[in-house]
Amino acid sequence: MSLELLRISASGSPAPGVRSVPAVTKLVDTTTCIGCKACEVACQEWNDLPPEPTTQTGTYQTLPDLTANFWNLITFNEHDDSGTLRWLMRKDQCMHCSEPGCLIACPAPGAIVQYANGIVDFQQDHCIGCGYCVTGCPFDVPKFNPRTRRVYKCTLCVDRVSVGLQPACVKACPTSCLQFGTKEAMLEIANRRVEQLKASGFARAAVYDPPGVGGTGVVTVLAFADQPELYGLPRDPTVPMAVSFWKGPLKWIGNLAMLGGLAVAAIHYVRFGRKEDPDQIPNPKDQIPNSTTRL
Amino acid sequence: MASLAATFGRGAMTNGWTDIRNADVVLAMGGNPAENHPVGFRFVMEAKRNRNATLVCVDPRFNRTAAVADRFVQIRAGTDIAFLGGLINYALTHNRFHQEYVRLFTNAPLLVSERYAFDSARGVFSGWDAERRAYTDISSWTYDIGPDGYARTDPTLQHPRSVFQVMRQFYARYTPEEVSRICGCSADDFVKVADVITSTYTPDRAGTIMYALGWTHHSHSVQLIHAAAMLQLLLGNIGRPGGGLNALRGHANIQGGTDCGMAYHNLPGYIPVPKVGDETLNAFVTAATPRALRPNSTNFWSNTDRFVVSQLKAFYGAAATRQNEFGYRLHPRLPQSDGGAYENWSWAYIFDAMHDGGLEGFFSFGMNPVSNGPNSRKAIAGLSKLKWLVVAENFEQETAAFWRDDILSLVDLTPEDVQTEVFMLPAANFAEKDGSFVNSARWIQWKWKAVDPPGDAKPDQEIVARIFLKVRELYEQEGGTFPDPIRGLNWWYSNPTSPSLEEVSREINGWALEDVRDASGAVVVGRGRQLSRFLDTRADGSTLSGNWLYIGMFTDQGNLAQRRSTADPSGLGRYPEWTFSWPANRRILYNRCSADGDGRPWDATRVGIAWNGERWVGDTPDYTVDSAPGADLGAFIMLPEGVARLFVPGQFADGPWSEHYEPVESPVANPLHPEHSSNPAVRPFGSPFDTLGTAEEYPIVCTTYRLTEHFHYWTKNNPYAVQLQPEFFVEIPEELAREKGIANGDQVRVTSARGSIEGKAMVTRRIKPMQIDGRQVYQIGFPIHWGFLGRGAQRGSLANLVTPTVVDPNSFAPEYKGFLVRLEKV
Repeated sequence: MSLELLRISASGSPAPGVRSVPAVTKLVDTTTCIGCKACEVACQEWNDLPPEPTTQTGTYQTLPDLTANFWNLITFNEHDDSGTLRWLMRKDQCMHCSEPGCLIACPAPGAIVQYANGIVDFQQDHCIGCGYCVTGCPFDVPKFNPRTRRVYKCTLCVDRVSVGLQPACVKACPTSCLQFGTKEAMLEIANRRVEQLKASGFARAAVYDPPGVGGTGVVTVLAFADQPELYGLPRDPTVPMAVSFWKGPLKWIGNLAMLGGLAVAAIHYVRFGRKEDPDQIPNPKDQIPNSTTRL
Repeated sequence: MASLAATFGRGAMTNGWTDIRNADVVLAMGGNPAENHPVGFRFVMEAKRNRNATLVCVDPRFNRTAAVADRFVQIRAGTDIAFLGGLINYALTHNRFHQEYVRLFTNAPLLVSERYAFDSARGVFSGWDAERRAYTDISSWTYDIGPDGYARTDPTLQHPRSVFQVMRQFYARYTPEEVSRICGCSADDFVKVADVITSTYTPDRAGTIMYALGWTHHSHSVQLIHAAAMLQLLLGNIGRPGGGLNALRGHANIQGGTDCGMAYHNLPGYIPVPKVGDETLNAFVTAATPRALRPNSTNFWSNTDRFVVSQLKAFYGAAATRQNEFGYRLHPRLPQSDGGAYENWSWAYIFDAMHDGGLEGFFSFGMNPVSNGPNSRKAIAGLSKLKWLVVAENFEQETAAFWRDDILSLVDLTPEDVQTEVFMLPAANFAEKDGSFVNSARWIQWKWKAVDPPGDAKPDQEIVARIFLKVRELYEQEGGTFPDPIRGLNWWYSNPTSPSLEEVSREINGWALEDVRDASGAVVVGRGRQLSRFLDTRADGSTLSGNWLYIGMFTDQGNLAQRRSTADPSGLGRYPEWTFSWPANRRILYNRCSADGDGRPWDATRVGIAWNGERWVGDTPDYTVDSAPGADLGAFIMLPEGVARLFVPGQFADGPWSEHYEPVESPVANPLHPEHSSNPAVRPFGSPFDTLGTAEEYPIVCTTYRLTEHFHYWTKNNPYAVQLQPEFFVEIPEELAREKGIANGDQVRVTSARGSIEGKAMVTRRIKPMQIDGRQVYQIGFPIHWGFLGRGAQRGSLANLVTPTVVDPNSFAPEYKGFLVRLEKV
């Protein structure tokens, strides 16, 4: 599958992709996940990520949260379902939203792209480390690495997918609770499983594919879909208001303000001419802050 | 395996991993397959997804299997026989057993000896000597044998001494209320799952049981597994696709090890080790060959002589001649100990003898006794008494480093006190050598070397070969007391210092040394040809086979263990051309039971084998394909009765069938018979390390287990595995933690009568307090996997510092699960 671009961060020009490509999707069936963590290590190994320093804090969960070097975390939550204990395991990772808050928030041209197949991918060589994507993400997924001063997350193994392979985590999953294919195919499997769960007493089972972000490239089967919080999932995730406004209407106000400023400057130049004292012009090398050191 | 072999005839998983997808009900009990067999567990998930199968999990903890189970029941560690006894009783009293199957394929119709009795008030079977506190005469645990030498039967199952009726009476005590009183689950929960589990008694349903070390690690483990076997026989689930009693082996090649003579009392192919009294080959073979107990029974062990002689030819080659009884006179025999019994060289007994100073040296290959045996302090003290110790391993581990200050301090010794010379030999790991693994499903699977071993590391066969060649050289130079077995050993390999495993595989399968002829004189296997059928072996020295059971794996067609076809003509996932499955590529053992008396499958959608009027079709049948169903050859050909044993005559040390006994350390006296609370046949060890605790001093039940993130004591050297589970922890019920003021993540100490360990507290709702016989009882548990060496937090928390050296009297497996401790915050 080739990698046609659909969207590029901080870029007004249309994406160059011309062919129509089906959206790919990863299915996570939490009801058949056994929490074996094979996906965690498969992810690290494929992506050449080092092991994380961890300690036992009284849980089976490897880490409290995703990190810049740990893009795939199985969360373990105990839940009392009116007297029946449930141990809910969920795969925490980038959801590859159709309306990606991270990409919308990103001010660095080309640092975040969305391919026509739906994969949202960070291009660290364009990343300025500003962290706006972190605030833009309703799932709290992107993680900043203070050493490289870049932000990282699951790539949905775009390098594997682009040559026709499934993501490393899916390949490693022993129970097939992870599956990979077109969105249509994954939703079909997910919905069939939901019907089965409903028939066996999980009346509130459903597929988690939140519309607030335009649906996701990772769809999740939940036995208790009415309480996604039990799994650490937001109930109605949306692109944060500030990000939408800033990149939407506010952006135009900003642009207008900027144009206005330029216009005023031009008028000023025409009326008063060039500023005289050259010593007061700062040396750009000294003054322009290194953009990658900001956060 | 001791249990399965005595009950069914073969010590192995009855079905196979891929067949679990055909089950309607899966009972995971005495195992945590999602945790410890995650890859094989996919077939449980397939059964759930594709057949709507119900997964029932019964365990002391709500574990990873419970997380995806449809039903979970918590029971107290070590009370599984009571639970299974309850299920047997439920099936019998609610008429939820497969009557026709039971009549055809089990010993239910056979009559039990008049002398057999069980004293239910005291909890002992006939033959108990109260004075010597031992079963001194178990001859009453047998059938009523008629004048023709065969067991008497009553096909109506009505005779009061029929196995069926005696069993019904025996298990009537296991009511749901009694189960609740012993196990700590509610009677209501028990009945609910009993209804699900016994729902497979109808011919159109099949249920499987998956178990592992949660059943084998008890002082009554063999009887426990037998109880499960009885249940599955009553439900008609043995020998059928989707059924079975499936022993999940915990290591890649543990089944292969058992098949190839790993246990001290077996030679390869489950041929017993000759005993010192078996003076001649003939005497040995006679003792090892059972007599048929039913008229037409196949009694396949009647071929023992062929298998023994072919094996002797493999061991001693040209030195095995007719004159020296094919090398039998060179063969080692099991000596008698002072008490008159034959010596026991199983694990716990080896370390007991070592501790007594009875061993000079010890080879430890792919084993870490300080960590993985029970009662680590006893093992450390034992090793300190050796003259020499050889450890062949990938990584330095606790056994090779037992002389370290911190480890020896556990037994109050210092390195200066210990004279043991330790040799650490770097060994190649599984990916650094080729060879085969035999998995739980009896598949002999070839694997190919992925990388060369690093540095000086050598594959095991080379280490063993080099030691052997050196020893032989010394015998040749210096003579010795009895050099012939060493000098005569058949070392024919092209590269004697590192035999190719391909050659070893050919030898295990075996070949014809001379033309092999049938009764008519026709040549059936030409000289030099590989064997492909069991019965082509001969007792006259014309065939060679290292392990008769593996015949067929390396034939003239080549190494069939390398086959990788996913062709599946049955549609049931039997894959007959994927590697080779012993015996004879049979994928489901005892598959005769998958069809009724006329050879018609019980369930047309799940055909094991079927009689088409002329021959059996489907899986490889147990006998020649054209022997008609009416021939009554017996579905269990390895047993002299030809039928599976509900009542087991004379095989077990602790009774002909399964009675609930408490673990040796228990919080309560056995509610059924306090006088004999724990297994009366258990023989305690007497070293100063073999101490037991009381419920007053150690009130908490404790169990040990494994984590999916780690493999034994090995992956603590792998940084990724260490990252996933970095530290030793103790799982503690919320209520107990509250009582003790313990918060999640606190440091706690667990102490037993043997020792103590410390680790982080994991306070959880997944283990609940229980009411046992009217008292509140807490359980805690912790994983093994940590110790002194390796990456991450290795702070000496060896789980086995607290476990007892108490072993089952049949399998000699230690009671790692269900012992007593106390808990405190550090």
